[in-house]
Amino acid sequence: MMFQDFTMAHVYYMLNGLLWTIGLALIALTGGSIAGSVLALMAVSRNKLARRIAKLYIFVVQGTPLLVTLFIAYFGANYVGVDVPPLVAISIAFSFYAAAFLGEIWRGSINSVPMGQSEGSHALGLSRVDSMRFIIIPQAVKIATPPTVGFFVMLIKNTSLASVVSITELTRTSQIVSNATFKPLQVYLLAALFYFLVCFPLTIVSRRLEKRLHKS
Amino acid sequence: MTSSQQEATPIIRANKMNKFFGVFHALKDIDLTVARGETVVLCGPSGSGKSTLIRCLNALENHQKGELEVAGVQLTGKRREIDMVRRKTGMVFQSFNLFPHMTVLENCMIAQMRVKKTSKEDARKVAERFLARVHIPEQAGKYPAQLSGGQQQRVAIARALCMSPEVMLFDEPTSALDPEMVREVLETMVELAREGSTMICVTHEMNFARKVANKVVFMDQGSILEIAKPDDFFTNPQHERAKEFLAQILH
Repeated sequence: MMFQDFTMAHVYYMLNGLLWTIGLALIALTGGSIAGSVLALMAVSRNKLARRIAKLYIFVVQGTPLLVTLFIAYFGANYVGVDVPPLVAISIAFSFYAAAFLGEIWRGSINSVPMGQSEGSHALGLSRVDSMRFIIIPQAVKIATPPTVGFFVMLIKNTSLASVVSITELTRTSQIVSNATFKPLQVYLLAALFYFLVCFPLTIVSRRLEKRLHKS
Repeated sequence: MTSSQQEATPIIRANKMNKFFGVFHALKDIDLTVARGETVVLCGPSGSGKSTLIRCLNALENHQKGELEVAGVQLTGKRREIDMVRRKTGMVFQSFNLFPHMTVLENCMIAQMRVKKTSKEDARKVAERFLARVHIPEQAGKYPAQLSGGQQQRVAIARALCMSPEVMLFDEPTSALDPEMVREVLETMVELAREGSTMICVTHEMNFARKVANKVVFMDQGSILEIAKPDDFFTNPQHERAKEFLAQILH
């Protein structure tokens, strides 16, 4: 027989891929959040150069397809002679990508806290850092939560692009299983279910947070 | 500086102060002296520069030409001067600008703890004292959104007073309030003035000016046109534009 049966072994293999998907997403979220907060703070800082760098970065990364970014990271690392495992290169690329979007979401959130809030805190003598820390950011976090969770969901799904450069995450393992069993419909439906089970709780959380925001 | 000397120095001294927004000349050659303990009302038609002027006094806006000295600090745009002036001034805004994510009590404590490094317990005591002074001690645990406009503005006044400022700046404190809320805020301000606080108020409440102001400053198109005692200003305004303004506002 040319094709294998679609067995539990294949499902386990795909679950293993799901772990890589989650791992990749977590790395991208962590790296992207750290770099994204720096970008957001640069974008609202008084320093013109910092603002320009942040804006330029966000423009460039948002204006480039993620797949192209992944190719650049994957082939570029070897090309310049840096010997890094593909997984590391791809994680970094995802972090860069997430940083641009999170940075932009958070910049917008900080800016949408009314001007009167910073004026009020400055009039009381609070320093710029204290004003950010105690007055502006706590309010910006509330505004930023729904779009941030929304982006997290998108990011988890977008890690499927890493399959193109042979990272054995969920989509890649599904391809392999599909090729081996020639049961593409079943395999990809299962993959879709796995993605859904990871993303759905986040969507629920996002909805809840949004409702709570509307109340307050 | 001895206390008598401090008494003698004016709290505000502006000398030929000018402010531009781009090419727009917002304040023209402002000369103004305010003594400690005085209550001064700034009035004038909208766009006359009165809000800009009061915002220069705690460096929310920076002037470009001329001199401005507030509470003994010459303001030349340096960070250190701005910080010093803001510690010595309190401001109440038209739109309250309370911090919505903090309770009333926390609103009154945060600056004490961060700026004056007051301990939490002491900050709480001071906050409670001033909330009592503006007659809303029972609202301490609530969030600003749970309060009426008049109550919110009184919290804003208490919040500023907690920093024991040498001068209180009021930027149209009653303009965003429903008519029935105006009185409670004005009464609080009258009490403050009578207790000897130094106050500068941008307001259209001419009864307030009559009751407690030591002088009324009339502005138009970025200039101070007239500085007079309230009685003189209301009964016998010197400037043509002041007459027009009064005719409009008193009817």
